[in-house]
Parts: sequence; C-alpha cells; structure tokens
Amino acid sequence: MNNGQNSAIQVEGIQKSFGSQYALRKIGFKLEQGEFLTIFGPNGAGKTTLIRILSTLTKASAGDFTISGISPQKEPEKIRRQIGVIGHQTFLYEDLTAAENLRFYGRLYDVENLAAKIEQILEDVGLGLRENDRVRTFSRGMQQRLSIARAMLHEPQLLLLDEPYTGLDQHASEMLSGWLKDLRLKNRTTLMVTHDIERGIDLADRVAILVKGKLVYNEQRKNIDLKNFRQTYYDYVEKGGAN
Amino acid sequence: MSKIAAILWKDLLSEFRSKEMVISMMVFSLMVAVIFNFSFPPGSEFIKDAASGILWMTFIFASLLGMGRSFVYEVDKGCMQGLMLAPVDRIVIYVAKLLLNLIFILIVESITLPLFSIFFKLDIWTDLGAIALVIFVSSLGFAVIGTLFSAIAVNTKTREVMLPILHFPISIPVIICAVQATSAIFQGEAWSVIWGWTRLIIMFDVVFFIVAFWTFEFIIEE
Repeated sequence: MNNGQNSAIQVEGIQKSFGSQYALRKIGFKLEQGEFLTIFGPNGAGKTTLIRILSTLTKASAGDFTISGISPQKEPEKIRRQIGVIGHQTFLYEDLTAAENLRFYGRLYDVENLAAKIEQILEDVGLGLRENDRVRTFSRGMQQRLSIARAMLHEPQLLLLDEPYTGLDQHASEMLSGWLKDLRLKNRTTLMVTHDIERGIDLADRVAILVKGKLVYNEQRKNIDLKNFRQTYYDYVEKGGAN
Repeated sequence: MSKIAAILWKDLLSEFRSKEMVISMMVFSLMVAVIFNFSFPPGSEFIKDAASGILWMTFIFASLLGMGRSFVYEVDKGCMQGLMLAPVDRIVIYVAKLLLNLIFILIVESITLPLFSIFFKLDIWTDLGAIALVIFVSSLGFAVIGTLFSAIAVNTKTREVMLPILHFPISIPVIICAVQATSAIFQGEAWSVIWGWTRLIIMFDVVFFIVAFWTFEFIIEE
C-alpha cells in the first residue's frame, strides 16, 4: 500500500481466521487525520479482533493496513508509539499505586516531563487525591478512569477504543465523552467499537456496522438520522450482514 | 536498557508488596533442607557424595516454583497486552523477566546454601568463589530456559505441570554439569576439573539464550 501516507488509518482487505472460522472478512476502510469513526456491531461481530489487529497485538491472516503511512510489518514500534488503546481490560498492576502504574507506562513510552504529566492527568481523571493508593483498592470505575489516563499519557495520535464505557459510572462516562470531544478538537484520530448506539453516534464523524466479520455499512454521520439508524442497525444484525 | 529497568522495577516492586514468589520458593527450599537433614545419620560419609545432588534438586524445584509465576500475573490480569502494546522490542520483555527470575533464584540460593552447609556440615567457605561462580552460571541457565518456557506454559490450562515437563528435558545438560561441578568442589578436586564443567554450563547458557532471543517473539505473539 503506497497511498496510505495521507490517511490516519488505511485498511485494505483485512481478514482474520481461526482455523476454518472467519472473524473478519475482507475489511476495508480509510480514516483521515482527526476523524472519529464508530463501528457498531453485536457480540461476536469481530470488533475486538479488528482493534487487536490495528493495535499490532494480532497479525491479520490476509490483507494489510497502515497507520499514518507506517506499515506494522516494517515499523511496529513506531506504530505502537502513536496508538493509545482502551479495552475491556485495564492493563493496570493492582499492587502498584496509580502514580506508579503511570510512571511505569510513561517510562516504556519515553514520556518527557513524566512527573508533571502524571500529576496533571491524574487530576484530569479525578484521581489526584488517590495517586498514592494501590490500584487494588480502586473500584472498577476508578480503574477504568486510570486506564484512560494510561492510554492518554503519551499523547497518542490515534486512539483505539474497545467498549470504553464498560464499567464507568454516569459521571465518568460523561468525563470520557468530554475528553473524546476535546481530542477531536486537537485533530486526534479515534476509532471506537461499541454496541452503545447513543454514545457512539454522538461522538462520530463516520459510522460503520460490523456483522459476522463483514463491514456492511459505512456512512458519514451527517447523513444519518438517529431514529432510522437504530432500525438500520437492527436490520443488519438480524439478517446477519446479508443486506 | 531503560525499558528493561522499567519492567524489572515494576516486577520487583509488585513482588516486594505481594511476596508471592520469593516466599514460596524460600519455604520449599527450607523444607527440603530440613527433611534431608533428618534423612541421613549425622556425620555420614554418604552426605558428601549426595550433597551436591540434593542441593541442586532443591534449587531447581524452588526455581521452577518462582519462574512459573513470572508471567501469570501479566496474563491473568491482561497486563501482557499492555506490555505488548508498548513501543518496546519483545526481547526487552524477555530480558527483564529473565533478570527478575535470576534475582529471585539467587536470593533463595544465597539463603539456602549456608543452611545446607550447617545441616550437612559442608565447607562452602574455602572455595566460596568457585561455588558462587558455578551457582551463578547454572542459575542463569535455568532462568534462560525457564523464562522462555514459562511464557509458553502460562497460556496452557495445565501451566503448573507444563513448566517442569518442558524445562527438565532441556535443562538436563546444565543440571548434570552443575551437580558435577559442585560435587568436585565439595570433594576438593582440582580447579581444572571444576572449570571444565563450568565452561560447559556457560556454553549451554549462551546457546539457550540465542534460542530464546530468536523464538521469544513468536511465543508471546499468537
């Protein structure tokens, strides 16, 4: 792929199979710098597999992709430096404090002015007063907030979000939505997979639907009516992507 | 190097607080030392012949207890993905875990060895330098193999059983050389004999590290 330099993400024909079972079938899309793409899909649609491939955790069985024109085969570490991932799991160490967890990840990402950034980001996620408390004493929602801080600490150009609202209370969910809107203003690119239609639509510039490993729908947000979209989504899910 | 230090610091701090690995290794070593102490009559000549074998059996099983845990937390809590998402070469993760295992093994050995010398009335102080060298290079060999295999075993259902099954056949050359070298020291044999066995252990360490260097990335990725 030579024409991926101008796109934040360019995906061409990605497939992933586990034995004879296909998790993803010839997925292709393009995301420009600063765009926010939400991919909806039911359980087992392949959403997490797609995030794992784009974050270089898993290799695709076929197809290729670039992130800011960088190939994961040639420069995986360069790609990882540009990505922040928030997933089902927090990637946090329970025996370390909030600040120690961030210090650890900050050192792995060579974050400059680390101490000041940790202090600031902990304030931002509302954990400033708990910085020296061990993560095992945190509620699920607090851990998720710290996980958001971990993913944002190195100021990634691309955020990959896998059901980021899972486990968050109302306040934390609104905080996350606010952050994601701020990131759009800072021209950061975001790809979120979720089955939460309201939140997903609210943030997106573009919306796609993934069903049984196939990207069956890909449309600009401005062309979508929320009421109709809900029905469209259910239709695709019920028909198993056969539309 | 700073990435290796960061991972090592994180693991040491976690272990310092949870004390899961070192305590279990230490308790096992002490139990073996005490049990064998009561198995032989005091002053028995047989002890001198058997001591090196008992000592290394203790070290090896204690090492396996600890090394088996080295990736468990990362995998069970999903932190392995956090490490793999970071812009670090996979071998950095391996080397950090290898150093962690080596440190814990050496800590346990440095406490167990004097106890063995008391229980079995062995003179470890005359040739302490030689004993330290043999223990270090042998422990390095166990850690090099054990760290690699614990990364494999941790993803299997029978992880506790899998590590010894994978580890023992491959580490037999190191075990034999370690027992022979230690036995030569306890028997007061010439340095050339001790060095002959030690050189072999160093050779195995290098070969095993090269294998680990080339294979670790494939092991931790799908």
